[in-house]
Amino acid sequence: MTDTAAGTARAVHSTPASIARPALRRRNWGRTAGKSVWNLIGVVVFVVAGFPVYWMLNTAFKPAKDAIDANPKLFPTSVTLDNFSRALNISDFWGPVTRSLIVSLSTVAIGMVVGLLAALAISRFAFRGRKVVIIGILTVQMIPLVAMVIPVFLLLNDFQQTNKITGLIITYLTFVLPFTVWTLRGFIVNIPKELEESAQVDGCTRTGAFLRVVFPLLAPGIVATSIYGFIQAWNEYLYALVLMDQHNTTATVWLGNFTTQHGTEFAPMMAGSTMMSVPVVILFLLVQRRIASGLTAGAVKG
Amino acid sequence: MSAAETRPRAPRRRGASPLAPWLLLAPALLLLLLVLGYPLFHLIQISFQNYGQSQLWGFIPPSWVGFANYSKVLGDSFFWQVVLRTIGFAAGAVVLTLVLGMLVALLLQKVSPFVRTLINISLVASWSMPIIVAVTVFKWMTDADYGVLNSLLSKIPGVHMLGHDWFVNTWEGFAVIMALVVWGAVPFVAITLYAGLTQVPGELEEAARLDGAGAFKVFRHVKLPLLKPILVMLGTLSVIWDMGVFAQVYLMRGGHPEPQYQLLSTYSFNQGFVTGNYAAGAAIAVITVLLLLGVIAVYMRQMLKIGEVE
Repeated sequence: MTDTAAGTARAVHSTPASIARPALRRRNWGRTAGKSVWNLIGVVVFVVAGFPVYWMLNTAFKPAKDAIDANPKLFPTSVTLDNFSRALNISDFWGPVTRSLIVSLSTVAIGMVVGLLAALAISRFAFRGRKVVIIGILTVQMIPLVAMVIPVFLLLNDFQQTNKITGLIITYLTFVLPFTVWTLRGFIVNIPKELEESAQVDGCTRTGAFLRVVFPLLAPGIVATSIYGFIQAWNEYLYALVLMDQHNTTATVWLGNFTTQHGTEFAPMMAGSTMMSVPVVILFLLVQRRIASGLTAGAVKG
Repeated sequence: MSAAETRPRAPRRRGASPLAPWLLLAPALLLLLLVLGYPLFHLIQISFQNYGQSQLWGFIPPSWVGFANYSKVLGDSFFWQVVLRTIGFAAGAVVLTLVLGMLVALLLQKVSPFVRTLINISLVASWSMPIIVAVTVFKWMTDADYGVLNSLLSKIPGVHMLGHDWFVNTWEGFAVIMALVVWGAVPFVAITLYAGLTQVPGELEEAARLDGAGAFKVFRHVKLPLLKPILVMLGTLSVIWDMGVFAQVYLMRGGHPEPQYQLLSTYSFNQGFVTGNYAAGAAIAVITVLLLLGVIAVYMRQMLKIGEVE
């Protein structure tokens, strides 16, 4: 309302000498009034999109008996940590989490070393077959994981690698490696080649120029790509489900089995979900902006 | 091919042997060949074989059966139901994701910085939620007895939803699953499109407005064409992701999706690991990949264009 009043007052005071101005002012008034409508819609979007996350946290901290209420309270009245200790005790929690950590960290470590070399090759060298390599890596990225479950299972079965962490690491490279190559390529391309060339003019070898000039500039990109790759590996469900036994499972499968093992205990289940997602959300917050720009830099330019 | 013919972007440098790029690529190519190339070859191979439990344990060697697996799969009317259901589901999810993502991106441009931060927080939170967590939360929210969805809906006068099971009717069940998929997918699309929108030059928009274009026309004729490359990329990725939806259905149905809830991904999984008919599962997987190849071709052309620009 105040916006409207101020807008009208200003319009009245405007001198007839300036013809363009009243129109401009009216548009400004329209914009501020419009803006509060947009803001209102924005808050609705915030509430709707954020609600599932809120509901998870709300249930996780509720006393378990409050969770089984046909008319649940939207806001917490009492807060407890019991659900978290219950979730930790329902079945082995740290085993699956440790396995997930080992698998994700190893996958990322291998993926980054191998992927960085490949990304350098396709972004800094012109060679015959470069295009074929790019098409190959892109195609590979597009193959749905689900289609590969059966042959990967049979392959690992042949080498007695099912139910082994090494098998899972090798398998996770199928999606972490192409992603790493493609994203790092995006980051490398954004570093001007002239920097490298001037270092070479100053007497650096090609490798030296890379290590002294490009690598430091690339470091944030490498960190972001590693974290994102880590999250992908950490979140993987299907391969872990197929390749690992029940007592040798990873964190995602542990959470999926929650309901069937001990009936459905909703409040501890949400506590488990919270424990699974909080570290991921924090890591993700650190890198999402960089990853989004790295992934789309090329697309926007093209 | 003389050195003069090579592209200007690759000036000859001291000590750059033609082998260097291949040496750098070798580990990646070898790994991909091992972890993807060979399984892909193996997938096609077993789809033409008789491959079940006995072959897995090595009691009987697999025998070649030609197109028998394919004709069996393709001749089954249930398979075609699954194909149609998968395509329908993926199409619905992709369209919803792109439209909602675009609307949110446009909204982000309109709101004040504080509201933008709020929306961004909720988007990033839902984007980063592990799929498995999201499925668990949605399962909890739509629980027949204690779900908050039924309770909230029942607060509307005249609506009695307490105890309503959303999965008895497959349309309702898939609506829940689609909401889950779209909720998880919109943030990436919205944030990416918003990044693209901020790169639309202000002068272009201003010029269009001076020529008398309204908000919709500015969107249609100025913003949309500039966003097209991003949209093609997002669309392709969405198709691939939504055609491969697995955990959402598998877990929502407690690890045993009913026939009316099968999608190509769960059906192939089911044939392989539940029924033990790996050959049939492989044939279904090959058909899925072939279905996706068309989409991939579009994406590939786009990406190659980008590669050439650089």
